[in-house]
Formats: sequence, C-alpha cells, structure tokens
Amino acid sequence: MKKENVPQDMSSLGKITKEVCYATDSSGKYVTELSSGWDVKITALDAAWADIEERKAKAKQQVLNGEASPLLFFMEYRLMDISILSDYTGFWKWQIKRHLKPEVFKDLSDKKLQKYAEAFNVKVDDLKTMTVHEA
Amino acid sequence: MKLDFEHIQSAHCESGVTSSLLRKSSLNKITEPLAFGIGAGLFFVYVPIIKINNGPAIAFRTFPGLIFKRTCNALGIPVVRKKFRSKEQAENYLKQQLDEGNPVGCQVGVYYLSYFPREYRFHFNAHNLIVYGKEDDNYLISDPVMENPTTLTSYELERVRFSKGALAPRGQIYYPKFNGTITDEQIKKAIKAGIKRNVNQMLRIPGRFAGVRGIRYTGEKIKKWRDKLGLQKAGLYLAQLVRMQEEIGTGGGGFRYIYAAFLQEAHVYLQQDELLEISKLFTQAGDLWRTAAVQAAGIYKGRIGSQEDFNLMGDYLIEISVLEKEAFLALKNIKWH
Repeated sequence: MKKENVPQDMSSLGKITKEVCYATDSSGKYVTELSSGWDVKITALDAAWADIEERKAKAKQQVLNGEASPLLFFMEYRLMDISILSDYTGFWKWQIKRHLKPEVFKDLSDKKLQKYAEAFNVKVDDLKTMTVHEA
Repeated sequence: MKLDFEHIQSAHCESGVTSSLLRKSSLNKITEPLAFGIGAGLFFVYVPIIKINNGPAIAFRTFPGLIFKRTCNALGIPVVRKKFRSKEQAENYLKQQLDEGNPVGCQVGVYYLSYFPREYRFHFNAHNLIVYGKEDDNYLISDPVMENPTTLTSYELERVRFSKGALAPRGQIYYPKFNGTITDEQIKKAIKAGIKRNVNQMLRIPGRFAGVRGIRYTGEKIKKWRDKLGLQKAGLYLAQLVRMQEEIGTGGGGFRYIYAAFLQEAHVYLQQDELLEISKLFTQAGDLWRTAAVQAAGIYKGRIGSQEDFNLMGDYLIEISVLEKEAFLALKNIKWH
C-alpha cells in the first residue's frame, strides 16, 4: 500500500485515536502513516453490532414469551456465551443452563442473583426486570 | 511516581510493547517491525470447530505472548513472566516492579477497557499495554495502539487484568530482565532466527488449517459458505474475517505490511538484496488481502452476493496462498553471507 492510499474514513476509533499503518513512500521504503479508519472495516464492525442488536431483540422476546430467563438477554447484552459467564460467576455451565429456565430463575437465591448481577455489571432488580441504563 | 519512559505509538499491541520495553537496552534499534519479525509474528490459522463471537476463529498473527517471548529469546535476553491467582498479589507485584524502576507489560482484556470506544469492546483477552507509573489512584498506561499515554484507576486496571473467558490474562505481567546493551551482532543473529522460524510456521506446520495451506483451505471453505450458512450469516463470517485482518493492531493487510517493513529493515543489517525483493512480495500479499476485504465488504453490505461473488472471494485467498508460499520459499532459500 502506498502512503497516499492509506484510507482516512472517520471511524468510532478515529475520533479517539488514529491508528498506525505501514505503507510505502515514493521511493518504495516503508514508513508509518496514521489512519482515521477505513470504510471497509467500519462496515464490518457495523455488521457485527447489527447482529448483536438482532440477537438482543430476539432474546428479549424469548424472555417476554416466558421461554427463557432474563439471563439470556443479559448474555447477549454483554456478548457473553455460557462459558464466559461460567468463568465470571463461578457457576458450572450446567447450572447456568438450568438458570436460563424462567421457572428455575424465579426461585434463585439473592446470593446467586448477586453473582450474575456482578458479572453483567447491573443491579439485581434490573437483572430481574431486564432493565438496562446504558445506551 | 512516574518512571522515565517514552510512549511510542505502534500498529500492533504486542510488537509495540516488545519494542518499547527493549527500547533502552537496544538504543531504539528494536523497532516495531523488527520485534514483529524477530518474534516470527506472521501467521494464518482458521480453526473451523471453534466459534468466536458467533463467527469463525481466524488469526493473522501468531499466538498471543509469543512475539515478546521469541524476540527476547532470539536476542538472548531473559524474560520475567508471572501470573497470579490473587488480585491483591497481582497489584502488589506490579507496585513492587514500578518501585524498582521497571516499566512492565500487562496482558489485559478489552471488554472493560474504559478508554477504548464501546464499539471495539469485545471479550478479547490478549491485548497488551505497559504500566509505567502511578499517581494517586491512577496507573499511568502506555497503550501502544493509542496516540497518547492514558490512565486507568486501580479498580479499572484490576478488572482488565482479571478479565475472564478464553486466554484469560490472570493478571499476567512480563518484562525483560536485562540491563546491558543489545549489539548489532545480536540483532543480525536474531533476524535470521526469526525468519527461519516464520518460514517453518507458514510452510511446515502440519495440518490443513494453518500456514499457507490454511489460507487456501479458508478460500475453499468461503466458496461453500453461501450455501451452507445462508447469505446473511456468510456475510457476518466475512465481516469477522475482515475485522481480524484489518482491525487495530494489524498495520493493514493482515500484518503483511509490517512484515514487508521488517524485511526492509532486516536488509539494513544483513545486506542481502533478496530481502528487498521478497519484501515486495509481502507488499503484494497485503494489497491482495485488502482487495479481498473490499470484495467481502461488498457482500456484507449487501451490494453483491451471488455464488460467483463468493467464488471470487475464495479465489483471492487461494491466490494469496500461492503468493505467500512463493515468498516464504524465497526466504527459506536465502544463502546467508
């Protein structure tokens, strides 16, 4: 890539910091050049987040339909799979699978709910009611 | 307390941390491309059975931690690396190193990394930064991918040092234990060792999923993604490929440009003219990776999406595989003076 072809499309990262790219100058020698982003990767990231939004909406509907506990929604919200959630909470994976059932979830002790709340960085009440305060 | 340490921005976190931590003892000679090349950073692997963020597990660089380790090993510099069970011990050890005047590298997770934009925060646990001081409750942080130094409160730093999930850092800290000066002879030897290692890593690694064969394998798989996954999911898979290839840390072109820069710098030390020619091949490979990314973007933006479009995408990777094989064979066949 030539230095003058280093893309300068403004990205969410570009507002905070530019990134170093390696590119060649007119004599063919490699130099570093700052880039504020590239449309191709901005849209790749957008596609990933659009998918996450879709998964969140689907999870929310499943909880509202009584098909899953709010844990499912917060897992999508925090981009966690069962294995990451298991690492954060210390619960076994099979326990989490059980807790994903609404009828099991509603009888969980406060102590267990607190562990989930900490892992998701939310309050226990918000966990139960599927409320999020951050954008 | 603030150690005498200069923040330098780099493309990739680990080669940047390595270069910065070796800055003093190498009198600024171990640049980022040299650290990347000596550490044999260039790689490709696609692990079909693992999913990351609901997409394919693809990497364009070697396993986290290896660049620092190999670069120091090749230069004959001892490394200290520690993991911790207790958060308290992890912080005490960090403070102790700062008291002794050692800036240290830390492996961290980016999900709770407060100065990163939200869009970039995934559960990725192999980010690297340098801690070079503490003022009140704030640790002074040199994150190589950021233009400027930054800070994290002790709580924020603890949270990212003990992030969970795959490659959990477990408070990992590392630094070179070396007070001498790195000589040009050491660098020359290390460059040759790094090239040799990277040749083996790309050409001789067993199996279909890694090295130049892995690139071809991925190209062939991509051609089947449309039928197998459906257009939308196949598009998301391609978006993930592009993010691994181009996102912060790669220097563009899936690290191929950094490697091309490394070969030019290697030429300054070793005066083998082949290095300059082979460097051009890696520039071509980087350019081709970016052409492929543009094709992929057409698909995940929904502008194109026929089977022919997927075939072309796959063919780009197969072409890259041939090109990189040629480049690494040429490196392998260099007769060192």
